Amino acid sequence: MSQLSPTRSAPPAPAAVDAVAHARTRRPGRGIRGWVGGDGPHIIVFLLPLLFSFGLFSWWPIVRAVVMSFQKTNLVSAPEWVGLQNFVNVLQDPLLGTAVVNTLYFALLALLMGYPLPLIAAVLMSEVRRARGLYSALAYLPVIVPPVVGALLWKFFYDGSPTGVFNVILGWFGIPPQNWLSDQSLVMPSLVLFATWSAAGGTIIIYLAALVSVPPELYDAAEVDGASIWRKIWHITLPHLRGVLLITFILQIIGTAQVFLEPYLFTGGGPANSTTTILLLIYKYAFQNSLGGDYGAATALSIMLAIVLAVFSRLYFRLTRNWSTS
Amino acid sequence: MKSNTQRFGVAGIALLSASALLAGCGTSSEPADGKVTITVSIDAGLEQEARDNFDARVAVFEKAHPDITVEAQEYTWTATTFTADLAGGTLPDVFTIPFTDGRGLIAGGQLADISQYVAELPYADQFNPNVAQAGQAEDGGQWAIPIAAYGQGLHYNRTLFEAAGLDPDAPPATWDEVREYAKKISDATGEAGYATMTSSNTGGWILTTLVNAFGGRTENADATAPTVDSEAVAEVLQYLHDLRWDDDSMGANFLYDWGTINQDFAAGRIGMYVSGGGNYGNLVTQNALNPDDYGLAVLPLQGDDPGLLGGGTLAAVSPKASAAEQRASVDWIDFYYLAKLVDEDTVVETAKLAASLDQPVGAPELPVFGQEQFAQYQSWIAPYVNVPVDQMAPYTDAIFDQPLIAEPRVATQDVYALLDTVVQAVLTDQNADIAKLLADAQTQAEALYAKAAQ
Repeated sequence: MSQLSPTRSAPPAPAAVDAVAHARTRRPGRGIRGWVGGDGPHIIVFLLPLLFSFGLFSWWPIVRAVVMSFQKTNLVSAPEWVGLQNFVNVLQDPLLGTAVVNTLYFALLALLMGYPLPLIAAVLMSEVRRARGLYSALAYLPVIVPPVVGALLWKFFYDGSPTGVFNVILGWFGIPPQNWLSDQSLVMPSLVLFATWSAAGGTIIIYLAALVSVPPELYDAAEVDGASIWRKIWHITLPHLRGVLLITFILQIIGTAQVFLEPYLFTGGGPANSTTTILLLIYKYAFQNSLGGDYGAATALSIMLAIVLAVFSRLYFRLTRNWSTS
Repeated sequence: MKSNTQRFGVAGIALLSASALLAGCGTSSEPADGKVTITVSIDAGLEQEARDNFDARVAVFEKAHPDITVEAQEYTWTATTFTADLAGGTLPDVFTIPFTDGRGLIAGGQLADISQYVAELPYADQFNPNVAQAGQAEDGGQWAIPIAAYGQGLHYNRTLFEAAGLDPDAPPATWDEVREYAKKISDATGEAGYATMTSSNTGGWILTTLVNAFGGRTENADATAPTVDSEAVAEVLQYLHDLRWDDDSMGANFLYDWGTINQDFAAGRIGMYVSGGGNYGNLVTQNALNPDDYGLAVLPLQGDDPGLLGGGTLAAVSPKASAAEQRASVDWIDFYYLAKLVDEDTVVETAKLAASLDQPVGAPELPVFGQEQFAQYQSWIAPYVNVPVDQMAPYTDAIFDQPLIAEPRVATQDVYALLDTVVQAVLTDQNADIAKLLADAQTQAEALYAKAAQ
């Protein structure tokens, strides 16, 4: 056995504990003078470019958006303060309900189709002994394809005419051509399929990295005990991946709640608003009217979405805290 | 331990980095030598010959105006990108907008007031009044300059007509014939016999066109209320529904916008579609249309009071442009867009250059100035016309006999967007309830009109 770590050695005497605690909190030269005389000013100087960049490109737009959510503005002429009117308008918009339902539907389909797939792929790939790097590269390849290029490619696949790639394949099995993007019942699953294809590689790499941390001795022991591959996965792999699974789950929820690219590139929210998501609705508020969009409504809805996601994330971590660390 | 010299050295580098970042965010200052640089719009994705043509025009302009430097910026108006460009301040100094947006942008202070410079143009009082009003402020000042006008047309593919056993010189003259021809093309070739735009507000635009052609309107006479929920609109939607579901004549794409429908038409995948009568130039320069395929006819008109939806393009100047840039911009508009309509030398020179570069000369258009001036213009360019005029005769022979109807004036693009959804619903849901769709659209359109009136 390796040496026990200090935290696992015999408990120290109370005096020793005090000394350690004191040493942890007391630092030489603490206080303004110490700070000025020490590394303080240099740290600030080093931080300045970073603070400036973050301030200009991240924090200022957020502050600006919050302010704009209480204004009526076209970003060219002077803004007008309208209080909560933008929030009221957004909440009264009949399209908001459609967008929320569509977003939830996308999220549900993405959970069913997109969440398990990378896990299954990663677990299977981890079982492969040879050319694992090649499989990883192949799995990751779609991630490096720019989304617009990927969408163009898949538009060929989804061509609703009998000569469309997917329809030709269906034809081999005697199935009639489908209007992948123009059929209100097929369009959302089609978008989720593309989203899964384009994003699964990244998640697979995360799972593969997590799988490396599983001690091989556990698998060896399980094999000695005659465990099948499924029992090994269930009793060894999945418990070790639990923390990562929890994180990827919340990231997936946050990501799908903000789905924009797929409906924007493929359908523009159609047909008949069947793929209008919350983010696309925000985009439409801002940019659909060429006379200058309703930026107040767009930012009001953005802020409401951000608040909902923040509250959801907080609740999620609170509810899963014990589970993730047990 | 680090020495003070080391610390200050590294801190200095960090400060320099910060300064460089700040400098990168600075704005350029205007040159003090009296020269003005303006950015002007050029269609995105032009073929090389078209770009060469444009550059040649810039060279001529700069020679005549040595104090003005012209920089080209790719720009094509679409409702969504225009809004982003406008809000982000990234529009070129000179840009174009559709007639529908002129008055709204002027009222919102989103265009430069160039009326004093426009008034100095020698032909300022000769604009067709119906056309000029699209770019006028409440006080009559001309803030945006009309540079092109069009009436909608029925574009058709002569090759697909022949493949379906139809005579390409005898395009359909009634909407029943359009339906009949569409089915024949679809059955014979497997391509869409008739297609229509449905996305990015174009669905509402083309639906309004058809409603006008069927004798209806989508706005009342004094532009105070929408008339979306009406028999004429329902009749057109039922017509499209029958084409789609009874005849299966509309292919498989029901999410076309202006760019994608042009692409598919030029690629020979569409038999007929409705768009601006002057679309030929775009089809050739941006979508490599084979001219032999092309045919253009007027829209059939039926019903009690039918008409042809007209529209056009205004040239405008960015509100961010300085006074000197505004004046230079009007000089450019005068040179690039208007002189090639009114000044014989420029007209001939422009047409000659375009023809020498295989660019289309003579695509159908409506007069920006009077009929007489238009006739004179056509006589000037006649020797250089290189578009297949015979194939456009079904349009050019009859277009001036059709009563022209202006686009709806209130919340135009917003109502078009509402109607996009209605058209998409009819084309993608066989059981779509047209009456309910129209009732809902009417309610929402009324709210938009009320908002616009505030």
